[in-house]
Amino acid sequence: MQNRSLFLKLLSAAIVFGAWEIAGRIPISYAFPTFLESMTALAQMTFDGTIFVAYAETLKPLVLGIAISGIVGVAMGLWIGLSARFEWLFAPIFVVMQAAPLAALIPILVMVYGIGLTSKVFVVCIMAMPVIVLNTAGAVRNTPASIKDMAKSFLASDRDVLTKIIIPAASPIIFSGLRLGVSAGFIGAILSELKITPTGVGDIISYSRSIADYPSMYAAIFSIILLAVVFLNLLELLENTLFEGNNRGYVSD
Amino acid sequence: MSQINPATLADARPALDSAVSVRNVSKNYGDVQALKNLSLEFPRGELTSLLGPSGCGKTTLLKIIAGLLPQSAGQIEVDGKTVTGPGPDRAFVFQDFALLPWANVLRNVAFGLELRGVAKSEREAIAEKYIREVGLAGFEKKFPHQLSGGMRQRVGLARALSVDAQVLLLDEPFSAVDEQTRRKFQEDLLALVANEKKTFIFVTHSIEEAVYVSDQIAILLPRPSRVSEIIRPTSFRGKGVDNIRRDPEYLDIVDEIWASLRSYVE
Ligand SMILES: Nc1ncnc2c1ncn2[C@@H]1O[C@H](COP(=O)(O)OP(=O)(O)OP(=O)(O)O)[C@@H](O)[C@H]1O
Ligand SMILES: [Mg+2]
Repeated sequence: MQNRSLFLKLLSAAIVFGAWEIAGRIPISYAFPTFLESMTALAQMTFDGTIFVAYAETLKPLVLGIAISGIVGVAMGLWIGLSARFEWLFAPIFVVMQAAPLAALIPILVMVYGIGLTSKVFVVCIMAMPVIVLNTAGAVRNTPASIKDMAKSFLASDRDVLTKIIIPAASPIIFSGLRLGVSAGFIGAILSELKITPTGVGDIISYSRSIADYPSMYAAIFSIILLAVVFLNLLELLENTLFEGNNRGYVSD
Repeated sequence: MSQINPATLADARPALDSAVSVRNVSKNYGDVQALKNLSLEFPRGELTSLLGPSGCGKTTLLKIIAGLLPQSAGQIEVDGKTVTGPGPDRAFVFQDFALLPWANVLRNVAFGLELRGVAKSEREAIAEKYIREVGLAGFEKKFPHQLSGGMRQRVGLARALSVDAQVLLLDEPFSAVDEQTRRKFQEDLLALVANEKKTFIFVTHSIEEAVYVSDQIAILLPRPSRVSEIIRPTSFRGKGVDNIRRDPEYLDIVDEIWASLRSYVE
C-alpha cells in the first residue's frame, strides 16, 4: 500500500513535469522555459549558494508567521468554537480578514510597521490565520453531541471533554485548516517579498524576470512549491503521530 | 400477572426495594411539554422497560435519570440519593453507540474507567474481561468502522458494564441491529440481568421485546407523558428462554399492550 501510493505520487509528478517539458519546447510563450532548463538553473543556484542565502531571508517571515498563525489560530478557533459570546465578538474579524484584498492592505501595513520583518510576518498571518481559526471553530462546534453526552455520563470533567472528545474529534478538520493555512502562508511570504521589499526568493523572482532570465525565475518558483509540499508532508506526519486514529479508513486495499 | 394502577402503586408494593425512584418529574423544552408529573419506581435487580409511542419522552426520561438533562420539576433518587448530575452509580448505553471513532475497541471499552482515572494496565484488564463477556474477544485492536452494527453495540454494552455501575440505562440499544442479532442480544440481556444483579432501565419500541426481557413494563402515554400502566409478567420467567415466546401469558400480554397502544398510532 505504502509503495503503491508512493508510485502514484511519482507517476503524477512525472506526468506534470513531462507536460511542462513539452509545453516549454513548443514553446507556448517565449517567457516559458522547459522543465530541464529550469532544473539546470535551480542546480546552478544551489551550487553557487544563492538559493540558500535567499531562503535564509524568506524563511524568517514564513516560519514565524506560520508558527504564530498555527498556535494562535488553533487556540482562537477552540475558544470561538466553545463560546458563543466569543464567537460573536471575534469571528467577524476573521471572516473580514479572509475576504479582504491583501494587496490593498499592504500599503497600510507598510505605513504602520515599515518595510521590515514585522510587516512581512503580518502578511503571512493575514493569509494563513483566518482559515485556521474558522476551520477550528467550525469543527469544535460540530462535535457530535452524542459522544459529548457519552463522556459526561461516564463522569468526564469539562477538561476531559475538551482534550479527549472535542480536540480529537475536531482534529481532522483542524489539520485540513492548517494545511490550507500553510499553503496560504507561503503565498503570503512570496507576496510580501514581491510587494514590500524584494528580498529572498521574491528577489530572485523579480530580478530574474527583469533581466529576462526565465529559467531562474521558474526555478525559484519551483523551489518554493517544493518547499511547500515538504512542509505539508511534515504536517501530515505530525497529524499522524498526534492523532493516530485519524489515518484510519483512507487506505482501503 | 398483575396490573397496578400507578395511583395505588405505593400501597400495593410497599415492601419493594427501589434502586431508582422518579417522583413527579416534569420536563419542558421551551413550550413543548415532554414529561408531565411522571412517577415511577424501578425495583432493584430487575429490568424495567419503558414502552410508548415515538416522541413520548422515553429518551428524555432516561437522560434525566442519567443526570444528562435537568428536569423542570420533580425529583430523581438513585439508592436514596437525589440525582443532580451524572454519577458512578449509573451507566448509559446509547442508541447510536456513541463510540470514539479514533479509538480501538479496547480503548473504547476502557474509556469509562479512563475518565475515572483508573491506571492503564488495570483498566485494560477489566476491559478485556468484558470484551470477552460480550463475545468480542480478538477484536480489541479493531476500530469502530471495522465492526458491524451489532458488534458496535456490544462495545457500548461492554463499556457500560466495565464501570460496574448499579444501574444500567439502555436507550433502544438493539434498534440498529438486525433481527437475528437482536434475538441473541435479548437472550444475552436476560442472562445479564440474572447474573449481574444490576438494575436495568430499558427503552424499546418493540412490544415483543419489552415483554420478552422485562420484569416490569411501564407504558407511557404520548406527550405530555405519564405512566399509564405498569405490567409485571410473572409466570413465564422461570421456564427457560426458549419457551417464553410460546407461553400463553407472554402472548396475552403482547396483545393487551397492543390493544392499549393502538389508539395512539394513526
Ligand atoms: N432538545 C430538544 N429540544 C426540544 N424538544 C425536544 C428536545 N429533545 C426532545 N424534544 C421533544 O420532546 C419529546 C420527547 O422526545 P424524546 O426524544 O424523549 O422521545 P422518545 O420517546 O425517546 O422518542 P423515540 O421513541 O422516537 O426515540 C419529543 O416530542 C421531542 O420533539
Ligand atoms: Mg428516543
